[in-house]
Amino acid sequence: MKIGIACPYSWDVPGGVQQHIRDLAEALIDEGHEVSVISPADDDTPLPPYVVGAGRAVPVPYNGSVARLSFGFLSVSRVRRWIRDGAFDVLHVHEPEIPSLSLLACWVASGPIVATVHTAIPRSRILLVTYPVVRTGMEKINGRIAVSEAARTTLVEHIGGDAVVIPNGVATRRYRKADPLPGWPGPGGAIGFLGRLDEPRKGLSVLLKAFEILGPQRPGLRLLIAGPAADAEEVLHRLPAGLRDRVVLLGQVSEDDKVRVLHSVDVFCSPNTGGESFGIVTAEAMAAGVPIVASDIDAFRQVLRDGEAGELFATGDAADLARAAGRLLDDPARQARLSAAALAAVADYDWSVVARAVFSVYETVVLGSTPVAVTASGSDFPQDGLS
Amino acid sequence: MITDIVIVVAAALLAGVYVSWRAGRIDRLHARVEMARTALDVTLLRRSSVAMELATSGLLDPATGLLLAAAVYGTRSTPGSAGLVPAGQQGGERPRDLAESDLTRALRAAFSQPGFRTSLSGKDGADELLAEVEAAAHQVFLARKFYNDVVAATREARARPLARLLRLSGKAQAPQFFEMDDSLVAEKSSAPLGR
Repeated sequence: MKIGIACPYSWDVPGGVQQHIRDLAEALIDEGHEVSVISPADDDTPLPPYVVGAGRAVPVPYNGSVARLSFGFLSVSRVRRWIRDGAFDVLHVHEPEIPSLSLLACWVASGPIVATVHTAIPRSRILLVTYPVVRTGMEKINGRIAVSEAARTTLVEHIGGDAVVIPNGVATRRYRKADPLPGWPGPGGAIGFLGRLDEPRKGLSVLLKAFEILGPQRPGLRLLIAGPAADAEEVLHRLPAGLRDRVVLLGQVSEDDKVRVLHSVDVFCSPNTGGESFGIVTAEAMAAGVPIVASDIDAFRQVLRDGEAGELFATGDAADLARAAGRLLDDPARQARLSAAALAAVADYDWSVVARAVFSVYETVVLGSTPVAVTASGSDFPQDGLS
Repeated sequence: MITDIVIVVAAALLAGVYVSWRAGRIDRLHARVEMARTALDVTLLRRSSVAMELATSGLLDPATGLLLAAAVYGTRSTPGSAGLVPAGQQGGERPRDLAESDLTRALRAAFSQPGFRTSLSGKDGADELLAEVEAAAHQVFLARKFYNDVVAATREARARPLARLLRLSGKAQAPQFFEMDDSLVAEKSSAPLGR
């Protein structure tokens, strides 16, 4: 199938939407489909072969912050040319409510259009004010995908219509191999944590309490903690003074370093106390093959197959976490068994699986429809005179 | 003896007249600040509404239209008239000066596309609407300049030692300058989408 994907944000800026599109496009290409992505990008940015640059994105104020977007009649004509040249069977736009290429693609195209909504928007009034401007484009969408239940709720409540929820996948092969950080995990063992330090639901305080129990019993054991915090010092001060030098705070880390952190510890801990619908970090740790000890919230129970692919402890119970982590640290055979089970289980969440779910949406919307073409509404704008 | 008393009384009278003249001047300046602020408020609202008209006119592509509409929405959701409400006391999400500057930048991003005018000329009502937006933006520039002028004069009059000593400005708060980005003309270096 020939698939055209429109990305609203600049390809050269790291971001969740861009990464989603890259992973999806590559998974679809692996399945043998023909994929072309149009995205704002600087002219000198090296782009993957499947990406078509739509010119430099312009920094503009949007929703109280500055976003780099592509808009205007030159962008319209580039999108139109991309659609005409691509002769796509289906057009897949991401975040069409953002003033950029995706919205323009909806506007100039006819034929089967699928839209993916990534963000949950808490404020609704802005949609009331702006919807008349975007209605023509939005009404052409044949099928909607939301990446989370929250994003779906936004759509249902504020725009109307419904969406299928297809969560983000995990690019498992990107997590498979990495060099540990220098000096880690070390002879005394190490436990890892990833996530916001000051978000209570991420459960770091449960892990710190458990470390108060484990630390004195195991003199060499260390904690490796990566994630942003408003006040990192405060985190350390929650621990008794004698243990503080055995806790390393890395702050926010890059995607590459995140993988290295996962490979730098003997046991990875997901102590979340709730609020996770899936637990992407836990799934990434599974993809890295690091043995996991996680709280027994529904999301983790499901992804860890009721404890087959990782040790579960009673949510919020630091003593139980200390017991479970200690048992796992002492048992290399069990570590190896859980690691292998986790690698097998996480394959269900791989992008290839997610891409197949997205593809079945494509198959549904193309039924009885003609291929994607350029409509009249796009063509009363002048042709791209500068190219 | 008599002459001494006459001189003292005359001096006191003169001082009184002078002080009340200064106080009257400060009072008049405050009144002028109020008028200038109202004028600025009106021009900002006018600019917002013309920008919204352009956004929903169907003349622009929907992305540019959405950008403008969202910026206009931003200026409306900030309560308080121009520059009056001190930062931190606003119920809105973004102070008005920042929201209005955002609208300026959104308009500038739209207007500074190469060939923007040529792409619209010939369409029904396009030239008039663009001229109206530019006129409204220019009025904001003028009104803000006049407002800041009278604010500066008022602040200077209030800051004089006599005015401070005798509290001639009474309970009226010192007027605040209104700073924002109000130029529709793009810098040379930032030609967007250029090749």
